[in-house]
Parts: sequence; C-alpha cells; structure tokens
Amino acid sequence: MENKQIIDINNLVKRFPIGDGYFTALQGITLRFVAGEFAGLVGPSGSGKTTLLNLIGSLDSPSEGSVVVLGHEVSRLSHRESAALRNYHIGFIFQTYNLLPVFSVYDNVEFPLLLQKRDAVGRRKAVMEALDWVGLSHKAQSRPAQLSGGECQRVSIARAMVKRPELVLADEPSANLDAKNSHHIIQTMKRLNRELGTTFLFATHDEKVMGYLDRIISLDDGRVARDERPLCVNEAQSDSTAEENGHARRQARI
Amino acid sequence: MIHFLLKGVLHDRHRSLLPLIVITLGVALTVLGHAWVNGVLGESFVMSAHFSTGHLKAMTRAYAEEQDQMPIDLALIGVKEIMDELAGIGEVDWAPRIRFGGLIDFPDESGSTRSQGPATGFAVDLLTPGSKEIDRFNLTSSILSGHIPTREEEALITYDFAEKFHIQPGDRFTFFGSTMEGSMAFGNFIVAGTVRFGAEALDHGAILIDLTAGQRMLGMPDAAGEILGFFNNNRYDQKEAQAIADSFNARRSGSTDEFAPLMVTMRDQEGMAQLFDYTHIISAILITAFVLAMSVVLWNTGLIGGLRRYGEFGVRLALGEEKSHIYRTLIYEALLIGLIGSVIGTVVGLALALYLQVVGLDMGDAMRASTMMMPSVIRTQVTATDFWIGFIPGLFSMTLGNALSGLGIYKRSTAHLFKELEA
Ligand SMILES: Nc1ncnc2c1ncn2[C@@H]1O[C@H](COP(=O)(O)OP(=O)(O)OP(=O)(O)O)[C@@H](O)[C@H]1O
Ligand SMILES: [Mg+2]
Repeated sequence: MENKQIIDINNLVKRFPIGDGYFTALQGITLRFVAGEFAGLVGPSGSGKTTLLNLIGSLDSPSEGSVVVLGHEVSRLSHRESAALRNYHIGFIFQTYNLLPVFSVYDNVEFPLLLQKRDAVGRRKAVMEALDWVGLSHKAQSRPAQLSGGECQRVSIARAMVKRPELVLADEPSANLDAKNSHHIIQTMKRLNRELGTTFLFATHDEKVMGYLDRIISLDDGRVARDERPLCVNEAQSDSTAEENGHARRQARI
Repeated sequence: MIHFLLKGVLHDRHRSLLPLIVITLGVALTVLGHAWVNGVLGESFVMSAHFSTGHLKAMTRAYAEEQDQMPIDLALIGVKEIMDELAGIGEVDWAPRIRFGGLIDFPDESGSTRSQGPATGFAVDLLTPGSKEIDRFNLTSSILSGHIPTREEEALITYDFAEKFHIQPGDRFTFFGSTMEGSMAFGNFIVAGTVRFGAEALDHGAILIDLTAGQRMLGMPDAAGEILGFFNNNRYDQKEAQAIADSFNARRSGSTDEFAPLMVTMRDQEGMAQLFDYTHIISAILITAFVLAMSVVLWNTGLIGGLRRYGEFGVRLALGEEKSHIYRTLIYEALLIGLIGSVIGTVVGLALALYLQVVGLDMGDAMRASTMMMPSVIRTQVTATDFWIGFIPGLFSMTLGNALSGLGIYKRSTAHLFKELEA
C-alpha cells in the first residue's frame, strides 16, 4: 500500500520574541511523515517538542520555512481554515487531559462532532463507538472529576478519535500516569493506529512510550539530532515486553 | 449546540450561579429602586393632591383667578346643590374646604394678649364619621401631641406655634379674620393637639378646624372656598379627570357669571404641569444612574467569568472551534443567564415593591425627629415600567462584560491561549 504524505516540514524555523530580541526554539527542521506512522519527538526539556507539535497542529505559525499538513500550508491558513483543519483532521491529546469539567464523558467526546454539525443519530453512534474503543462505555454519564487519571486520558483519546482524524498529536500523554496506565493508553493508541490507520505523533520523555514507537525523532536545542526507526518493534507487545524492548534498545544504542 | 450551551451553563456553578445571583439581586434592586423613586415622587403628588389641589377642584371662576390669596369673598355658594350634582359622578369623593387667613391670639391667665401671629387656616370636614379628610391630612400619624378634634370648638395647630408660644393641648386661642361678606370674623378655640404635616407650605403657622365651625365663624353657611375631588382608588388619572372636568364645565359654558363654578384638574393647577414634567425627568435620571451602576457591577462579574475561562477556550480552539464561534457562545451564555436572572429578579423585585406598596415602610419615628421634608411612610409605586426596566441591566450588563472579556480571545494568539492549558 502506497502511504500518502501527511506532514511535510521544510527548513522550519520558529522564533519567539523575548525582550528586544528573539529566542529561536526551532532551527532548520525538515521532516516528513506518512499516513499510519506511530512516531515520537523526544529530547530534553526545552528542546522544542511542544513548539513543533503546535506548529503542526496549526495553533502557531512558522517564522521561516514551511509546514504542510494534509496538503495545507499552515502559514497560509486563515483562522477559520485552520480551525476547520483541526476540527475535521487533527486530534489532540494533552498531558493534563483538559476535559471540559462541567460536561459528562459522553458530552466531552461528543463536542468535536457538535462543532462539525453532525446529526444526532450519527453523533450517538460515533461517540459510543469511540468510548467502546477505550473501554469506557459504562462511564458515559460520569463527570471527569469522578474518573481516575488513566480513565480521563482514555476519554481524551476517545475525544481525539471520535471524528476519525488522519492525525493525532499527543503531547506527553503519559506524563501524569503510572506505569500500568501509561502502557494501557499507549497500547490503546497503538491498536487504533493499526486498526484505523491513524497517524500518531507524540512528544514524550517517557521510556515506556518510546518502547512502542516505530519512529523516534530526537530533538536537541531546536534541531533534529537523530531520526531513527527501531527495527524490532513488537506488533503485539505485552506490558512486560514493551518494558524490556525499551531497555533493549537503550542498551543497543550505548 | 444550544442544548450544549445550556448544559454548560447549568452545570458550571461558577459560570451560572454567581452571575445569576448578582443579576437577580441587581435586577430586583433596579425594579425596587424604580418603584421606590416612583413611590417617593408619587408621594409628593399625593401630598399636593391631599393638601391643596385635589385630583379635581371646583371653585368659582373668580376664585380660580386669585387662588393663592385664599379669597373667601369669592367662595362658592350653594355647596349642597353642587355636591348633589357631583354625587352623580362615580368613583370620586368630593370634599368642600375653606382656606382662610387671619391672626391667631393666645391670651394669658388674665385674658389679655400674650402673643399673636399671622395664621393660615384650613376648615375641613373632621367631624362627620368616616370622613376621609382625616386620612388625607394624615392626621393620625402627623399628630405630635393631643388628639384629633372631636368637637367644633377644637382645633389643631402646627408645631411651630406650639414651640414659639409654648402652647399645649387644652390651651385656648382666638382667631381673627374676615367673613365672606367682608366684616370682622372671630372664633374661640381649644387646642386639641399639635401637628407636623411634613409639608413646608402647611407647617408654618397653620390651624386646622372643622368645616362647620369654619363656615359658622366666617359667615358662609352652605359656602366653601373650594370643593376637592379625589378618585376613590387614590390614583390620579389625567384622562378621567379631564373628562369629568370638561363635562362639569360644559354644563355652564353658556354662563358669563364670574361666580359660576369652574372645575380644573390637578395638572391644570398652578405649577403642577411643570412638577409633573420635572418629576418625569428626575425619575429618568435616577433610573439611568441606577441602571448604569448595576451594569458596572454585572460587567465585572462577566469579566471575571471570562478571564477564568481562557484555559477552556484553549482546549476548544485545539478541538477545532473557531474563535468567532467561541465568542458567540460566550455572548449567548450571557444572554441566557441574563434572561433567567432578569426574570427571577423582576419577579422578586415586583414582589418586594408590591409588598412595600401595600404595607409601606413606616419611618414615622425616624422622621419625627428630623426636619426633613419627606412623607413619613415610604411607599413604592409599581407601574408597568417595573415589568421591563430590570431587563436593561440584567441583559446588557453581563453581555457587555462577556463581550469585553471575550475580546481577549482575539487579542491573544491561538498558541498563547493554548499555553494557558499548561498553567
Ligand atoms: N511563547 C513563547 N515565548 C517565548 N519562548 C517560548 C514560547 N514557547 C516556547 N518557548 C521556548 O521555546 C523553547 C522550546 O519550548 P517547548 O515548550 O517546545 O519545549 P519542550 O521540548 O516541549 O519542553 P518540555 O519537555 O519541557 O515540554 C523553550 O526554551 C521555551 O522556553
Ligand atoms: Mg513540551
């Protein structure tokens, strides 16, 4: 199957104004992602992972170079167009879940579909299916405050996936979770990646997450330091093998 | 989406409860304030009507020309006949009165003059059982000492006489004036009590006696300076008053007699038209000030509510909502809460205003000690305006607040709003 190009980044530079001058957060990034990738940005704090995800998500615009997402040059999109791009094609998963606390699990997952003005029957079917993917159908009427951290993150995965986006951007999705929950949500995303062909791009420090990635891009000081494809990513890892795999690769690198 | 908004508003106490309480309170206060202003201003009309103009007033054409001089020589004669004619007009109570001037003389033990002063007199029906004049002069609560006259020879005097001349109930005095025919008139009276009416025009050097006593003293049997008409519901109705006056006057249109009776409405009496208009202006100014003050309070509530939610806006932007859509929902939310708050606030405000209209807040004790010119019972007056006036601050203030605070969505870049998530 010929995989279509999802993200095309060329000579991307991002500067932030500070004081009289600029701080360069990203310098000369060139990267390509094709449909179905399960990739991650890794690197020390401040290396530019979040900045890069925001640019890909069309939440910010480049200082130089270009970011083309699903055929759209991000810097040329109007507010309305970039909102539509996010609304229909990109799902977001955050470190702090960011569910809307006043709404039920069901309402939170339904929200993106309301923005798309889908009809009630279609919404209901899609929401229940998405909750089923993450194993939370029975919690549909709960409020976020009544859920554990792992459950909240699964709700936010359902919210990102309910519209069946081509691309999901996940910024430190496991940072607030314990090992067991981290494995659970990554496995969930890996499964969706395989079953639906959704492209996932992570920003992470988490060794457990890295163990599942089929592509790891190391950023350092705003540059791509390495872009690797671990050879032996197990397609159906158990919790323990994922852990071992991470260890194995780390050792291999040394 | 409306459903979704409604759910959000209902579930988020911060978003709905606090603004709702503030709006409800503000709206209720606006309604109450408006009714109160109307009540206080209305009260001064009531006092004018009760003490001087009536809702309608019949007098001779000549008397009308020189009203302020209390010209009893130009008084109406044949009051009984006129009263019979007037009795045919339903819904109005008619009260003949005499206003007169003269000298009041307080004797010492030996009977010679101890002190003397000019005095204005009112002769009104105090003795007929069920006379409404006692209420119109608010005697029950404005009496400072003694009692309401129960006999023709008893009189009430204003408190300044009592203070200046050290007069107490039970003391005697003689009143000197002139009769309707122009000869010397005098009468001996016993002070039944002292009063403070709470209206400057009356409170200085006035005596109040019974109508029959006045007619006898002033030599005017079956005559009265003026006959005042009062709507039974005590509400002045310009249209109705005009109609009654017109039909009364039409019956005499052929006459050129300057002693023929003439009826005028309250508004047509001297100075009243300006007072009516002036009152409307004052009322409008007070209401505007009140509405503005409420708007500022509610605007702040909206502002705080909006600022608190930049994080939420960040998520919604990330989920693909447009800025303009977020902004619109913020406005709808404000309108929704404003509407609910306005309805509840109006109901509460109207209930309080109606209660104060019926019961009144008796400030009699506090007022007695003060020299302020205010009615002693504060009453609100509910008008049709009270049903919508509260919606102005209720709807607009929070909408304005959300509209202004929501501008932050546009001022900040998407990425910046997004950053609030991490905070
Ligand atoms: N709006 C901004 N204004 C100024 N500097 C910024 C802004 N956003 C990010 N930066 C800077 O850019 C650099 C990269 O930030 P970024 O958030 O992308 O790092 P990160 O790799 O995600 O780090 P972490 O692992 O801690 O999340 C940092 O030094 C940060 O201070
Ligand atoms: Mg980051």
